[in-house]
Amino acid sequence: MTKIVVVTSGKGGVGKTTTSAALATGLAQRGHKTTVIDFDVGLRNLDLIMGCERRVVYDLVNVINGDANLKQGLIKDKRVEDLFILPASQTRDKDALTLEGVEKVLEGLKDMGMEYIICDSPAGIEKGALTAAYFADEAVVVTNPEVSSVRDSDRILGILSSKTRKAERGEGDIPASLLLTRYSPERVERGEMLSVEDVKDILAIDLLGVIPESQAVLNASNSGAPVILDSESDAGKAYEDAVARFLGEQRPHRFLTANKKGLFGRLFGAQ
Amino acid sequence: MTVAFEEKAVLEFKGRMLMMTVLLLKDLDPNTLHRQVSQRLEDAAQWLRDAPVVVDLAQPEGADQVALMAAVDTLRGLGVNLVALARNEHLDSDTAAMLGLGSISLAGGRDVPRSAEPAPQAEQPADAGHTLVIDQPVRSGQQIYSRGDLIVLAPVSTGAELLAEGHIHVYNTLRGRALAGVRGDQSARIFCQKLDAELVSIAGIYRVAEDLPEQHRKQAVHITLDGDAMRFADLK
Ligand SMILES: Nc1ncnc2c1ncn2[C@@H]1O[C@H](COP(=O)(O)OP(=O)(O)OP(=O)(O)O)[C@@H](O)[C@H]1O
Ligand SMILES: [Mg+2]
Repeated sequence: MTKIVVVTSGKGGVGKTTTSAALATGLAQRGHKTTVIDFDVGLRNLDLIMGCERRVVYDLVNVINGDANLKQGLIKDKRVEDLFILPASQTRDKDALTLEGVEKVLEGLKDMGMEYIICDSPAGIEKGALTAAYFADEAVVVTNPEVSSVRDSDRILGILSSKTRKAERGEGDIPASLLLTRYSPERVERGEMLSVEDVKDILAIDLLGVIPESQAVLNASNSGAPVILDSESDAGKAYEDAVARFLGEQRPHRFLTANKKGLFGRLFGAQ
Repeated sequence: MTVAFEEKAVLEFKGRMLMMTVLLLKDLDPNTLHRQVSQRLEDAAQWLRDAPVVVDLAQPEGADQVALMAAVDTLRGLGVNLVALARNEHLDSDTAAMLGLGSISLAGGRDVPRSAEPAPQAEQPADAGHTLVIDQPVRSGQQIYSRGDLIVLAPVSTGAELLAEGHIHVYNTLRGRALAGVRGDQSARIFCQKLDAELVSIAGIYRVAEDLPEQHRKQAVHITLDGDAMRFADLK
């Protein structure tokens, strides 16, 4: 069975690509054959975060148009077994992403025995985001702890409940969970950001994880290695926990409280 | 009056759009139109005479611009409160602008049968009185309309809109807008477990977030209309 997961947010720049890369890498690390697809036509980014930008020959649109077959388009990760990347196209023509074309690619990946297909959605609630979400079996909604991001996530949740193939077929809402990223407990305490509880209360969906605001994310994207591979970092650990929860494990949430108590706070901070 | 207040008033206008009447014209002949419309207006209740009207054409394909202008003049001359022209592939917003009208798409609008003598309570649309129950969150950008009462068992987000001809019950947090009695029923009420609304309205009388009584904010409340005044009471 293949599970198609869309990573979406509504608002731009909240951490979808960072999350897609971490989630796909984490699943593959655990032995699940996974492909991560960049749906952000024209603004490709995922290949940079995955550190494979210098090996891109073909892209999603090439595969859809039949310029290349799926095997040619997929880039195999050099660090993690069972991990594949399908980059976005630099072409400006967003119309190249037809639903039929995307379906064909997804079917091809299923035939290759992929267990997970992670779809990194572009920002917005327009066609690009809807195309990335259309075939999804599950959604991960990435949100930052601020009002506009939460509002946009709420909006996208409403759209998901009617605009996926499952919804159109009357099979109901796809499950959606919340990944709260760039969380800064200090700023929450100062009242500059919404707290986890506030966001959970507004969005009323399950919490997959809380990723702290972290220098490690910037270092990771500069070095082209998904932050989850930086297993000593706070963000790396938080993504590792999120992957475990995604696979059904119960894990307490960490990094929710300010670190001013030093090591003690780290160890006992999580409620 | 602050700028913010004026902006909220625009939102209220959106709520009232549902109360517009569509006048479907099957013929544009000014004489026939004059005769039949004046007859209808004489019979109609005051609210119908005051209602904002959208003109829709039964045969927009062949509509002659001059005939259309004459028809619109005739209606205006009779005091019909024309506000817009129904837009379709044959009538665009330029045509409407030429007539001094706005342009509205009626696609997705709801047909509500309207009798000529509409005592508000006496009208019985097919599913009037039917209670709509929603158990999923109502998210920003979503709108729910009930011909009768509306019961929501999940949170209602900022940017979501609840509309009911009858009462509205929200057994959770109400952060969006709730408009009860949208067809004029002044006995409609709003009940909610936690009031954090952007706007509440009963039969067109409304309060925006800023004007909600402080002591009822984030509390369980029961809202009723007393003349033109909105009354808030604890639900406990
Ligand atoms: N936990 C974090 N801590 C610090 N910086 C972060 C974190 N998560 C993401 N960022 C930074 O935020 C920026 C946006 O991240 P990313 O590209 O993943 O967002 P996106 O939602 O995919 O954006 P877009 O909508 O443009 O596709 C990047 O500079 C990234 O390094
Ligand atoms: Mg991105």
